[in-house]
Amino acid sequence: MRGISKRFGPVQALSDVTFSVRKGTVHALCGENGAGKSTLMKILAGVHQPDAGVIELNGRECRFTAPGEALHAGISMIYQELDLAEDLAVAENIFLGAEPRGALPFTISRRAMFTQASELASQYGFSIDANATVAELSTGDCQIVELLKALRRKSSIIVMDEPTSSLTEVETQRLFAVVRQLRERGLAIVYISHRLEEVVDLADDISILRDGKVVHSAPASQLNIASIVHHMVGRELNEFFPAKDAAIGDVRVKVKDLASDEGISGISFEIRSGEIVGLAGLMGSGRTEIARAIFGVQPKTAGEIALDGKPLNIKSPADAIGNGIALLTEDRKRTGLCVNLPCFWNVTLPNLGVLGMNLIVKPSKEAATAAQVGAQMNVKWASPQAPASSLSGGNQQKLLVARWLLAESRFMIFDEPTRGIDVGAKREIYSLLNALAAKGKAILFISSELPELFGVADRILVMRRGRLVGNLATKQTNPNEVMHLAAVE
Amino acid sequence: MSKLIRKLLPFASLLLIFVVVSIKRPDAFLTADNLLNVFRRCSPNAIIAVGMTGIIISGGIDLSVGSMLAFAGMAGAWTMLRMCGDSLTMGGMVVGTTAGVLAGTVSGLLNGLLITRLKLPPFIVTLGTMSAFRGVSYVMNDGQPYNVPNYNYLGDGRLIGVPVSIVIAAVVVVLASLVLRYTPLGRYTYAIGSNRDAAFHAGVNVDWNLTIIYTLAGLLVGLAAMIATSRTVSAQPTAGISLELDIIAAVVIGGASLSGGRGTILGTIIGTLMIAFLRNGCVLLRINDHIQLIVIGAIIIIAVAVDQIARARAK
Repeated sequence: MRGISKRFGPVQALSDVTFSVRKGTVHALCGENGAGKSTLMKILAGVHQPDAGVIELNGRECRFTAPGEALHAGISMIYQELDLAEDLAVAENIFLGAEPRGALPFTISRRAMFTQASELASQYGFSIDANATVAELSTGDCQIVELLKALRRKSSIIVMDEPTSSLTEVETQRLFAVVRQLRERGLAIVYISHRLEEVVDLADDISILRDGKVVHSAPASQLNIASIVHHMVGRELNEFFPAKDAAIGDVRVKVKDLASDEGISGISFEIRSGEIVGLAGLMGSGRTEIARAIFGVQPKTAGEIALDGKPLNIKSPADAIGNGIALLTEDRKRTGLCVNLPCFWNVTLPNLGVLGMNLIVKPSKEAATAAQVGAQMNVKWASPQAPASSLSGGNQQKLLVARWLLAESRFMIFDEPTRGIDVGAKREIYSLLNALAAKGKAILFISSELPELFGVADRILVMRRGRLVGNLATKQTNPNEVMHLAAVE
Repeated sequence: MSKLIRKLLPFASLLLIFVVVSIKRPDAFLTADNLLNVFRRCSPNAIIAVGMTGIIISGGIDLSVGSMLAFAGMAGAWTMLRMCGDSLTMGGMVVGTTAGVLAGTVSGLLNGLLITRLKLPPFIVTLGTMSAFRGVSYVMNDGQPYNVPNYNYLGDGRLIGVPVSIVIAAVVVVLASLVLRYTPLGRYTYAIGSNRDAAFHAGVNVDWNLTIIYTLAGLLVGLAAMIATSRTVSAQPTAGISLELDIIAAVVIGGASLSGGRGTILGTIIGTLMIAFLRNGCVLLRINDHIQLIVIGAIIIIAVAVDQIARARAK
C-alpha cells in the first residue's frame, strides 16, 4: 500500500501511509485507538476506498471497490468481533457461500462439506470438530474457524484485528503456534494488537501509526516495548505506571466464605481503605464471578459481605449501588453503556437518586453535573448530549468511570478496565485508580494482564478453578509465582 | 442540516397530505367540522399509541391492544348494565367507566407479569393474550354487544366547546411526554430499550419498570375503550380487530425503533394523525377502502425507509 490517504468528513484518518507485508512474515500494526489502523486495513479489504494512493499485490496494482473483490484477490480480514453464524456447524461456516455442490442441481453435498472441512483442519494440524456448532466453541476455537475460512478461500494475506483480546493465556499460545505455522507456509499476516508483549514476541516487522501517519517502521528485532510505546504516544513514558501514594487505612471490605451458583466457593479476603487489590487468574477461573456475586448480578448462595463493618445482603445491582458498591463491567458494550443514548444519560443512569431526582429528572442540571465529572475524567466528547456511540473505546470507558465517580461509591470493582483501550487511556485509568485509592476507596482490580496488576496493585489475589489460591503482597512476589499459582494444579 | 430535515420530515409529510386534499376538495376538507371530526375519531387511537410508544421504546411490543380494547369496553358496559339495568344513571356510568379502565389496567398488568416473571418475549405473550382477551370478550355476552344507550358523554360530549375525547387525548399526550422526559420511569424506559443488560447493571429494576410500562399502557387502552364504547353507545366484542397494526404503524411512522431505545410521543402523534388524515383524505377524494389499505401500507414503508436513509446520511 503506497501513499494511502483517506478523509472522513473533517477528519483526516490517514495521510500518505505506506505499508507493506512480505510473504512468509508477520507484520504487526501498532497504534493508539483512532490512530488509523482499522481504516488502513478496511481499505486493504475493500470496505473503504482511499482518496489517494495505490494498493499493489505481488507487484500488480489493484483497485478494490467492494469487500468481495479483496477476498477474491486473496485478502481475508478477521475482525475483533468475529462474524460467524453461531447456530451453524463449523464446516458450514467454513464453506459458507461456497458449499460443495451435490449431485442434483441447487443442492449441496453436506457429506463432502464435512469431509473437506475435516481434511482442511487436519492439513494444518488443527484439532477441531467439523460437526460442532459454533455457539458451543470457545472464543479461541472460533478464531481457528475464522482462520480455516480464510485458508479455504486460499487467501495469501490474512489480517487479524486484536485476535487475542478475549483469549486465555493457553489459547493465545495456541493461536501463536498457528500463526507461526501459517507464516512458514508462506502466508503474509498483518497482526493488529494492543498487547505489545505479543507483538514483540510474534512479529517480524512492526509499523507504528499515530494520527493517521506511519511514524516508525522497522524489523521487530530493532524494537522493544518501551520504544514502541514511545512511538505510539509520541511522548516519553519514563514511568509507565504512575506512582501510588495513597495511605492505606482500616479494613473497608470484608468478604468471608463467599459462594455462588457460578462455580465459586470459599472466597475470603479483605480490602482496606486506600488499598488496590488485584485479582489475577486465567479466563474462566472465577474472577468475574466474584464481582458478579458481590454486586448482586448473580447473588451469593453462601458467605458474608461486609462494608465498613456493616453486613450486607445484596440481591441485585440496585442493592449493591445503594450500599456504596460500584462495578465497572468487563464488557462495556454489552453490560456497560446504552450506546445510542446521550453521554450524560449514561453517566447519571444509576445516580438519579444521588442527584435528588427520584421523582423528577432535571435534564439541564444532569447535563451540567455530567459535564463536571466528565471534565474531571478528561472524557473527550463533542457534548454531553452526544450519543455514547460517538466516543472512542477509551473515552467510553472513562465515561463509565465518571458514572461511578458521581455515585460516590466506597468500594469499587474494576473488571478488565483497560481491555481494548489505547496506551494513553490505559495510563489515565491507572492514575485514576490511584486517585480513587487516595480518596480512601477500597478497590478490587481484575485483570488478565500481569504487568498492570504488578504496576498498580498493593496486593494480588489469585484465582484458580473457582477457588482463591493466593493472597500475595505485590512487593514480595513476582509474575512467575502468580502465573504458577493461577495455572498449575 | 440533515438532522433538521429528518426532524421536520414527518411534519412535512403531514402538511403534504393537507395541501393535496385541500386543493382537491376545498369545500370539504379544511372545515372546522371535518378537522374536529378527524381529531375526535382518532383520539382513542392516539391514546393507545401513547402507551404503545412507551412499550416500543422499552424494546417490547403489544399485539393485544385491539382485543384488550374490546374486553375493557365489554367489562365497562357490563358493569353499567349490572348496576342500573336498562336505565343508566350517572353513578352507574362513572362506576362502569372506572371498571372499564381498570379492566384495561389489569390486562396490561397481566401482560407485564407474564413477560417479566416467565421471561417470555413480549411478542409471544401478547400474541397469546391477543387471542385470549378476544375470546373473553366473545364469551361475556355470547358474541353479542352490550348496548348502553345514554352513555354518550365521552364520545360525543363537549367541554367548553371542545369534544371531550380530544381533551382527554390531549391531556394523556402532555402527561406522557412529561413522564418520558422528566421522570426516572421515562429515563429507564429508554435505557432498558437501548441495552437491557446495561440498565440492569446500572441498578435499574428492569422487571418492575417493564411491568409498570405495560400496566400503564393497559390503563390507556381501557380509557380508549370507554371512549370508543361511548361513541357507538355500545360495547362490541368485535371492536379493535387488527387495531394493533394501525397503532404500531403510527408509532413506527413517528420514528420509534422496534429494536428499542428510540421514539417520542410527538412523533407518535404525528404518525397517528397521518394515518387518520390519509383515511379522511381518501374518503373525501372518493378513493375506495381497498385502495386506502394499499396507500397506508405504502406510506408505512416509505416513512420508515426515508427515516433510515436520512439516519445513514447523518452518520
